[in-house]
Amino acid sequence: MKTGRGRGRDAAAGRGQEPGRTQGGAPGRASGGASGGGPGLAGATERWVHTGGVELCVAELGDPEHPTVLLVHGYPDSKEVWSEVARQLADRFHVVLYDVRGCGRSTAPRPLRGGFTLEKLTDDFLAVADAVSPDRPVHVVGHDWGSVQAWEFATVRRTEGRIASFTSMSGPSLDHFGHWIKKRMVRPTPRRAAQLLNQGAKSWYVYMLHTPVLPELAWKGPLGKRWPGILQRVEKVPAGDYPTASLPTDAAHGAWLYRDNVRARLRRPRADAYAHCPVQLITPTGDAFLSQRLYDDLEQWAPQLVRRTLPAKHWVPRTRPDQLVSWITEFVTAKEEGDPAKQVTARGPYADRFGGQLVLVTGAASGIGRATAFAFAEAGARIVAVDRDAEGAARTAELARLIGAPQAWPEVVDVADEAAMEKLADKVDAEYGPVDVLVNNAGIGLSGSFLQTTTDDWKKVLDVNLWGVIHGCRIFGKRMADRGQGGHIVNTASAAAFQPSKVLPAYSTSKAAVLMLSECLRAELAGRGIGVSAICPGLVNTSITSTARFAGVSAEEEKRRQAKAARMYGLRNYPPEKVADAVLRAVVRNQAVVPVTPEARGAHLLSRFAPRALRALARIEPRL
Amino acid sequence: MAPVTTATSAAAGELTAELRGFREVQRLAYACAEAVAAQLKPGITERAAARMQREWLRERGVRDWFHLPFAWFGDRTAFVNFRIPLQFFPTNRELEPGMPFILDMAPVHQGFTADIGYSGCLGLNPVHDKLLADLEAHRELILREVRERRPLREIYQDVDRLMVRQGHANRHRAYPFGVIAHKIDWVRQRRWSPTLFGFGTQSLKGLASDALHGHRDGWSPLWSPYTFSDHPPQPGLWAVEPHLGFRGTGAKFEEILVVTDSKDPQESAFWLDDDLPHVRRWQEEKAA
Repeated sequence: MKTGRGRGRDAAAGRGQEPGRTQGGAPGRASGGASGGGPGLAGATERWVHTGGVELCVAELGDPEHPTVLLVHGYPDSKEVWSEVARQLADRFHVVLYDVRGCGRSTAPRPLRGGFTLEKLTDDFLAVADAVSPDRPVHVVGHDWGSVQAWEFATVRRTEGRIASFTSMSGPSLDHFGHWIKKRMVRPTPRRAAQLLNQGAKSWYVYMLHTPVLPELAWKGPLGKRWPGILQRVEKVPAGDYPTASLPTDAAHGAWLYRDNVRARLRRPRADAYAHCPVQLITPTGDAFLSQRLYDDLEQWAPQLVRRTLPAKHWVPRTRPDQLVSWITEFVTAKEEGDPAKQVTARGPYADRFGGQLVLVTGAASGIGRATAFAFAEAGARIVAVDRDAEGAARTAELARLIGAPQAWPEVVDVADEAAMEKLADKVDAEYGPVDVLVNNAGIGLSGSFLQTTTDDWKKVLDVNLWGVIHGCRIFGKRMADRGQGGHIVNTASAAAFQPSKVLPAYSTSKAAVLMLSECLRAELAGRGIGVSAICPGLVNTSITSTARFAGVSAEEEKRRQAKAARMYGLRNYPPEKVADAVLRAVVRNQAVVPVTPEARGAHLLSRFAPRALRALARIEPRL
Repeated sequence: MAPVTTATSAAAGELTAELRGFREVQRLAYACAEAVAAQLKPGITERAAARMQREWLRERGVRDWFHLPFAWFGDRTAFVNFRIPLQFFPTNRELEPGMPFILDMAPVHQGFTADIGYSGCLGLNPVHDKLLADLEAHRELILREVRERRPLREIYQDVDRLMVRQGHANRHRAYPFGVIAHKIDWVRQRRWSPTLFGFGTQSLKGLASDALHGHRDGWSPLWSPYTFSDHPPQPGLWAVEPHLGFRGTGAKFEEILVVTDSKDPQESAFWLDDDLPHVRRWQEEKAA
């Protein structure tokens, strides 16, 4: 059997002979070539399913006794687009992939026109499902056109009982899309008109594909050759075994998906396109082809919809396989277990974004760190609560589990200790998985005039406030970048980073360094899909005041000032929970610098437009 | 009626007749809370729950109130977004499965006052269970520090610190004057006992007169974080109500702490009754 590179050309040439080889429903047989030469689907068993005059190439991985997950690819792809996702899912599921008719190694219908209607694609799906899982419904996962098709499978009557769940990414139902357009055309409020125009512009390629012959020529000519480069450059798809060599024919045949369905369905969308199975919708926020607004009314068509959002571009199966595997596994497992008491998603805001992700927070035993851990826990994230204070960290982890974190662990580490941080990173990687969001929050306070601040004081404050952040960013940031699947780093700076003050020279210096570090790192990691945010809280009611060091005064005076400062901050009474909300918002929106309290925002504004005013403020010494 | 300032032989388990009177009404109130809590079901409103408490107690001879019964459901147990005192009054919020609730009532029976708070939840709520369990440390802390005759304001701050360590928010701060406790006393029985903003006028009168005397002598019937509470515990009966909040879930207990002028630490302060639902719950958890 032919596999690996050059498969497309061979397959196209050899299609005439293929049908004789295996018949639909026959038990699969291992493809010797696939296990060796096909890096994407190593170890897959292949079989051929004969349906409606075409031969579909079906690959299977994993134990057939496990629940079946059926992956349907999009345009202009072949089943190899799923290679990474399939490989990981195979540990727990019976994973089935097939080349849609006319793509990859499946044969194309003759004639092409009229051979790609959604009805025929549904026939294909049913034939494959019957072949690979005759007596149990399958869990369908679709990307792009695979999802468009799967919406059809999930909403027509004849597939009822054959689909256990459906995970959709980057592919709306054409019927829902038709209603979406209709609703906006009938009553074009300014907002609706803008949404319509926005999606209209994003759909430019759909119009192009309706031109006769030209798309085929382009794909078989220069576009087909350049496409892998375009994907890498524009879509940030990592280089590798994808796209396969069959791309030009996949894309040329696939044009008929659009021509056979789009106009017909958008003009007369079905009125009964209600999903008869649970649906999980994964929306990449940076999708260049589909507006997020397309799914606004989806609850109407799919009750109990589970929403997920992912900061990524269109080709998520290539760029974010880990996250997809985690969400698909969670959703499918929940449906298989059928336990109604077990909620699939947490209830907090941003649960769609952070569900199941691993969030590491330093300084999590109190104050802003603890509140941040709780906010992420409410959004369904898994939490690693790091602090020097073992009891406080344990408490944070315990409470985080109560409010929605599927798992939470305390870790006792001093962020200033590089070796300990390295060890922590190794442990987290090995036991909890790769970190998705890192919050470098641990910090200590130090007040007192510059001339009275000793070298030792400087060392202490820089060790925690600056070196702690450096270690965190360096050690965890490197792992994030190496993994290449995005992520986010949040550093807690301070309003003192841009507000000079004669009483906080060391603290402000450390925080200004954190702010600049964050900005530089943001520039460096932007190309790798990793966001970096600096949070500048301002005066927040936490225990930092009662543990702050006051340089140049007696122990007794220090205690008195701590109490006084704590009282002042208590009177200001800005809760750390609001800062935690700002942290989550910063991650979701990928904001660079986030001043939080009104005074921090004021100072930030002044630092840009009236720095002299800030310099004047810096001379004031608050009475403590 | 003699004020409850003289030492009692509480350690021996004997209470004076007046303390027994207070204990009876406190037990009556807790019985009411348990009876009403047992009848709560999904869809019932705070107003209905408050009315049930009122009627239950009226049937058993309660004619006057320190304050009328309150009921808080869901995130109102943690006083989320409370800005004005009127928000304490029962609303049409409906109880849902898994929701926490708090019943808070202060009946006056034959002149004896009780002020109690009962926290529960409809079905399973692990956060609520945790809050209730965490309240035990506060009950111990308060008694220990009152026996040490620490200024009330300092005790308040210690309770605050313990809450922060536990990861919770101080929600009694939302009460009028941010009190963690207030004095209660015997009130005169009248044929007509009107209420003002939910508070019985007789009780308010007592509180006002205490405030006046206290102002002259340097103490206050309100146990608050402010300087007017910067004095050692004043003998009398204190209704203590630490109230924890954690991300939209609140829990409290409220019961009478007896403070006397005895020199013996054991007798200088003690909880009036140790046979209350929340105490029994902690004992059962320990046993299990």
